Amino acid sequence: MNQIIFLNKKNLLSKLEIKKIEKIKFKYKDNHAISIESLKVVQRYRHWISDISLKAISKYLNIELNYLEEISTFYSQIFRKPVGRHVISYCDSFVCYVKNYKRIKNVLEKTLKIKTGQTTKNKRFTLLQTCCLGNCDKGPILMINRDTYTNVIPKYVNNILNRYR
Amino acid sequence: MIIYEETHPLTWRLKKKKKPIFLKKYLKYNGYNGAKKAITKFSPNEIIEIIKKSGLRGRGGAGFPTGIKWSLIKKKKSYLICNADEMEPGTYKDRFLLENLPHQLIEGIIIASYALQSKCAYIFLRGEYIIAEKNINYAINELLDKKMLGKNIFNSNFSLNIYLHTGAGRYICGEETALINSLEGKRANPRFKPPFPSSSGLWGEPTCVNNVETLSNIPSIIKNGFHWYKNISLSIDSGTKMMGFSGKVNNPGVWELPLGITARELLEDYAHGICNGYSIKAWLPGGAGTNFLLDKHLDLPMDFNSIQKAGSRLGTGLAVIIDNKINMVNLLLNIENFFSRESCGWCTPCRDGLPWIVKILKCLKKKQGKINDINTLKNICNMLQPGKTFCAHAPGALAPLKSAIKYFKNEFEKGIIYK
Repeated sequence: MNQIIFLNKKNLLSKLEIKKIEKIKFKYKDNHAISIESLKVVQRYRHWISDISLKAISKYLNIELNYLEEISTFYSQIFRKPVGRHVISYCDSFVCYVKNYKRIKNVLEKTLKIKTGQTTKNKRFTLLQTCCLGNCDKGPILMINRDTYTNVIPKYVNNILNRYR
Repeated sequence: MIIYEETHPLTWRLKKKKKPIFLKKYLKYNGYNGAKKAITKFSPNEIIEIIKKSGLRGRGGAGFPTGIKWSLIKKKKSYLICNADEMEPGTYKDRFLLENLPHQLIEGIIIASYALQSKCAYIFLRGEYIIAEKNINYAINELLDKKMLGKNIFNSNFSLNIYLHTGAGRYICGEETALINSLEGKRANPRFKPPFPSSSGLWGEPTCVNNVETLSNIPSIIKNGFHWYKNISLSIDSGTKMMGFSGKVNNPGVWELPLGITARELLEDYAHGICNGYSIKAWLPGGAGTNFLLDKHLDLPMDFNSIQKAGSRLGTGLAVIIDNKINMVNLLLNIENFFSRESCGWCTPCRDGLPWIVKILKCLKKKQGKINDINTLKNICNMLQPGKTFCAHAPGALAPLKSAIKYFKNEFEKGIIYK
């Protein structure tokens, strides 16, 4: 059965989130244009966009819920499912394929004991693949949250992961 | 390699140290002289004429003449969008310019906005380019502090605001009309043309979308004149271009070189040749959406026309080497997988056709292909030609497949079971 969500205090955005959204509002013409930015702002604090967050944004910006749903499922950087504290994405585009990204992928899956798209049991890491990260001359590439690692060698993957453990 | 302003209009300020150049250093190296000259000495129409005469072609991939694109915008009060959503696999030139030379781009935007009489300009940046985002924000704030941006730039009547917008991650956002939709906060689906963005774009107003490299070229054209810009190049197409080589080469990277330099020179002098133990099987001249070329094509000059005559596109000008140890079917499966994953799903040929190709290639990889699989692939390639889909995503996605079947048919045949 679907959970019915009643309007309560949780359905509101926090003061900090509102402050951040208000700060970027001047760049755009209307509320619909801010919606992607708002989703990104809320995701920065809540790690992912739950139905409750979606309702809260919809209520604050006064735009339709289905419109937000449509956007949030379209863009790859907006997570509609819970993710771990750190999101690891490896590049699987064809230049990294030439440079053998699969070695990196295998080491990551082996050390984290998960497959691509899954989250570790302790909710620490989520492993995802991403399209070209625009550093093809320095592949294979790994991105953890907002940090980019270039020329990754399988030997050093564990060292990189230790920074986030 | 010695770098001078006369030969390297884009990167001469970087010299050997590849550190980002901010306002103080940029002004020291004649920064914003082009913008000052444009706003104080020329009228908007004169600038469009200069760019037209310079022969600058869009550096985003399609190569549409920039001056003509600008002259199509008749109405005043338009929008200018800088397309910095670089997601084509194998392309990394814009990142280099965005991270190291943010002020050069902003100067280009100021001149372009003046020529188009824009009320405000947007930079649509990829969400993953964290350092670029930081550097551009810093550069814009530096200008705002010095009052070189905003109202009455350089004591003229011209006012401009530049906003940075970061994308939320979709390959299709790089397409002109999809980018406009994304900026409006919608799903990044391409729009039907006509109306073209030059008459109805962002929020229904005339809009011009230019690539980062195109806009970065403009300050030096205005400063030094179009004759000078035309003479830098070694071919009919004028100017320089960011070119590079990646894959299994000794020194992968990106360099600013005159258009018309041969691919072999680029590979051997700059990328220092192919790694030991490998030989060249094929190469892609500019990103994943271009056709494969062979060893014999390496002596072609890297410019729009020559590469087109050989059956490919210059695209973004960043070439990739495919070495002899790579299986073409597996490589194409990777490329088509990417394109089918990134299809926006707006038109049926692209939404259904690309996964179909992935399915066939998967069978060929497992050596479970059927006898007429290659013909089916060819048929789908014909069905998804330009004009038969909504945008250029599917035709671009099929360019490597089409040429791979042409040159390496035997590798595809290996995956078929003959009963």
